[in-house]
Amino acid sequence: MSVVVKVPAVKVEEKLFQNRYKVDSGRPHISIIDEDKCRNHCEAQACTVCCPAACWTAEANGQVTVISDGCLECGTCRIVCDEHRNVAWEYPRGGYGILFKFG
Amino acid sequence: MSEKFDVIVVGAGPSGNAAALRLAEAGLSVLQIERGESPGSKNVQGAILYSDALEKLIPDFRDDAPLERHVIEQRMWVLDDNSFVGSHYRSDSFNKEPYNRYTMIRAQFDKWFSERVQKAGALLICETTVSHLLLDGQRVIGVMTDRQGGEIYADAVILADGVNSLLAKKAGFHPELKPKNVALAVKEIHFMPQEMIEQRFGVKGDEGVVIEMVGKITKGMMGTGFLYTNRESIAIGVGCMLSDFKNQKITPYELLEQMKAHPSIQPMLEGGEMKEYTAHLIPEGGFNAIPNLYGDGWMIVGDAGMFVNAVHREGSNLAMTTGMHAADTLIELRSEGKEFTSANLKRYKARLDESFVMKDMKKYKNMPDVFHTNPQFFNDYPDLISQAARTMLTVDGVDKKTKEKEIRKSFRQRRSLFGLMGDAFKLWRAFE
Repeated sequence: MSVVVKVPAVKVEEKLFQNRYKVDSGRPHISIIDEDKCRNHCEAQACTVCCPAACWTAEANGQVTVISDGCLECGTCRIVCDEHRNVAWEYPRGGYGILFKFG
Repeated sequence: MSEKFDVIVVGAGPSGNAAALRLAEAGLSVLQIERGESPGSKNVQGAILYSDALEKLIPDFRDDAPLERHVIEQRMWVLDDNSFVGSHYRSDSFNKEPYNRYTMIRAQFDKWFSERVQKAGALLICETTVSHLLLDGQRVIGVMTDRQGGEIYADAVILADGVNSLLAKKAGFHPELKPKNVALAVKEIHFMPQEMIEQRFGVKGDEGVVIEMVGKITKGMMGTGFLYTNRESIAIGVGCMLSDFKNQKITPYELLEQMKAHPSIQPMLEGGEMKEYTAHLIPEGGFNAIPNLYGDGWMIVGDAGMFVNAVHREGSNLAMTTGMHAADTLIELRSEGKEFTSANLKRYKARLDESFVMKDMKKYKNMPDVFHTNPQFFNDYPDLISQAARTMLTVDGVDKKTKEKEIRKSFRQRRSLFGLMGDAFKLWRAFE
């Protein structure tokens, strides 16, 4: 009886394109502490699923990479990594990062 | 910049602004530090503003605050995959001033609030991130910022730094947040002509409608969706517990996209232009997850202290109220010539216990656990309720008594009689 609504693949880049950022080039505010942990000791790699800005990618070779340019500074990746505590997470330097127009 | 202030407030959201305003009005020297380019540029909310808390701080706020629409109609929808069952409450009594609640846009609101704070005499510095607290033993004596010569000292530091509350964690005042104690919410704002909103929602002038939604839109996760009407935009969003996103491997923007495509929701957004996509964590761990709120030379207010009433969708009013009580505690101690020690700051907690803040937090303390362990409230019941409505409203020659029997059977099959009774009991206990 229930009909599942068909939704075309979501391009989060198109959403993020509407946002305003002041990127602190060369100074990412999020990084992986120990890459080996992500590759060999974390099956879930939940950061790659839960990040609302798709900053985290599960690579084909098992590695996890993060590019924080589109980050919405929510904190999800840090908190969701509760078994490994493998995310180094700081706020961007003052004035940098996401600049919400409406919030 | 090794100046010393009476109080440093970290953050210029509702809780920080409330605290700084109060302190400045009482004549204390206040430095407020904000990491955004202006207050509000890092902040996200639905957003509904409840008048009461703000009125206590700024009685004439309606004169110039950037408000969108006053809410005259509240809709509650329970959705399955292609239907909703809803209750709408609309009353002309909500059209009588002073209005009780408004929709608003946070970036604009926070900026306005901060202007009031600065007018009262607080010093605000923006584009400045506090990297950690300065400690002398257990006592907080100031903050380290990312500005040149970034140490700034104060007799007390109020931590209004939001849900992530990094400063208190780095200082060891409380542990990292757990995925089951925060909801992740994603939201979009869609602009469209004012007349379109008025026609679509049957409102005129500054009247507004809010819709809160539960059901299949969250795919069995503990969470809710919302749609708020602004003057010429609509905010649409969905939030679920982070632990559920993690366990069910659901990507938040896909969830939002599917919710927007729901046949009951899509027509309300038709023709709008999406101008911003935001995400934010909401501290929804409730009473049992509230951290230590004070110590020697420091206090925690707002989201950083878990002050959100998830059941009633209240947060910014709790933020303002906790900010106000933190400030009033310091003002009282200063007038008595007492120091801002942990023993004296205990009064802050006592004030909160006396206020609606802790009373409400306590009342719903079991709610998070009940919903965490009983996903049927977000999955089975929306289906069942929708089926029941469809069965009763479909005219097909089957008599109504037979239809009622069918409905009862569907509930029992899905949840069993014990399950139904248990669920009713659990809900009753949690709301009691």
